[in-house]
Amino acid sequence: MELVIIAAAIMLGLGALGAAIGMGLLGGKLIEGTARQPELGPMLQGKMFLLAGLIDAVPIIGVGIAMYLIFVVAPSVGA
Amino acid sequence: MAGENPASTTEYIQHHLQNLVYGKLPAGFERETESGMEVLGADTWTMAYGASEAAAMGFWAIHVDSMGWSIGLGVLFCWVFRRAAVRATTGVPSGMLNFIEMIVEFVDGSVKDSFHGRNKMVAPLALTIFVWIFLMNLMDLLPVDLVPKLMGLAGVGYQKIVPSTDPNITMGMALGVFILMIYYNIKIKGTGFVKELTMHPFNHWAFIPINLFMELVGLLAKPFSLGLRLFGNMYAGEMIFILIAMMFAAGAGTGLVFGGLNAQFFGEDTDGVFWLVIFTLVCGVCWMNLKGKISTGKTVLLTLGLLTIGGGVFALGGGLMQWGWAIFHILVITLQAFIFMVLTIVYLSMAHEEDH
Repeated sequence: MELVIIAAAIMLGLGALGAAIGMGLLGGKLIEGTARQPELGPMLQGKMFLLAGLIDAVPIIGVGIAMYLIFVVAPSVGA
Repeated sequence: MAGENPASTTEYIQHHLQNLVYGKLPAGFERETESGMEVLGADTWTMAYGASEAAAMGFWAIHVDSMGWSIGLGVLFCWVFRRAAVRATTGVPSGMLNFIEMIVEFVDGSVKDSFHGRNKMVAPLALTIFVWIFLMNLMDLLPVDLVPKLMGLAGVGYQKIVPSTDPNITMGMALGVFILMIYYNIKIKGTGFVKELTMHPFNHWAFIPINLFMELVGLLAKPFSLGLRLFGNMYAGEMIFILIAMMFAAGAGTGLVFGGLNAQFFGEDTDGVFWLVIFTLVCGVCWMNLKGKISTGKTVLLTLGLLTIGGGVFALGGGLMQWGWAIFHILVITLQAFIFMVLTIVYLSMAHEEDH
């Protein structure tokens, strides 16, 4: 049971870590790009949202699986 | 529904994740009925009660709720857009018409940005995918217990109202896109498609097996990632709604002041009707305040009073968390519909490009 919880914790933590780095880079580059060429702002923002969604998918799926592990698998394994 | 007991918590989640399945139970299956165990004499087509029966049906099963809700939403989409299209004029649009025009122009712009071939079908396809997936995802914003509870009162045991939390639906849509990709690859490129698959990264005959392997993996990964991304996002979102709902119910069960009241009336399993009454009363009070019948101070006091009867501050916290996650989720559902649409356009655009 403990291992299931630790697995979920690793899943959540590493997923969040990677996505946070990715999002940070993405947002930073967007601001850099828009500061350089403000007229490209709307176009870049659209592309940024697309990529943010792509990056977001991986940790969110991880969160879903982790929640399933914690609340459904762990109780049935342990108790 | 009480949150303290792990078994019932697990049951609550699993009940929410179970589709309403219609299918064929094999002969010899031991079925649990009200009068005891019953062994089926022949293959039976029936509704499944619970996950074990749904699993026993195997291939010959259909998720009635997913099909019903997704087809219903598709019809709604067609009806609304047709209505707007029939009414369209050259004058200044207003209201609903304006909104529909905005969506159509947005999708049209996305297609123009990323699709460079000549094909009349891509823009309507993109519009259908975007609006349909958005509507299916939007079902996630309805309170998790509302429709299943109402359906339960009407005698339907299981109900999953968000079709895009069903991998069958998302993978089915991805498969549709995949078939179109293959079709246009063959139609536009002809033998060029075979050449692309076999000669692509390394242009030498000795590398054909390696090229074929790499290109096929890349080709098959597209529909998989397309379907699983949508499914995973919606499933995780739904899961979090369910978990918050569970906390909400658990908090209400151990509510600060009159938490025991509903336990007194309804036992451990709080009845949905109780919440409906409290919800209606709170809404009524807020409505009176909006109409200017009662002052804001009295409104706050009355609302707080009702909430304490209904289960105290925990319930309010649970409600706020649902609300907060729902607001974040609006971004997610729109973004996922948009991503599915853009990737479809990009994949079809790649199928239309002769050489690269």
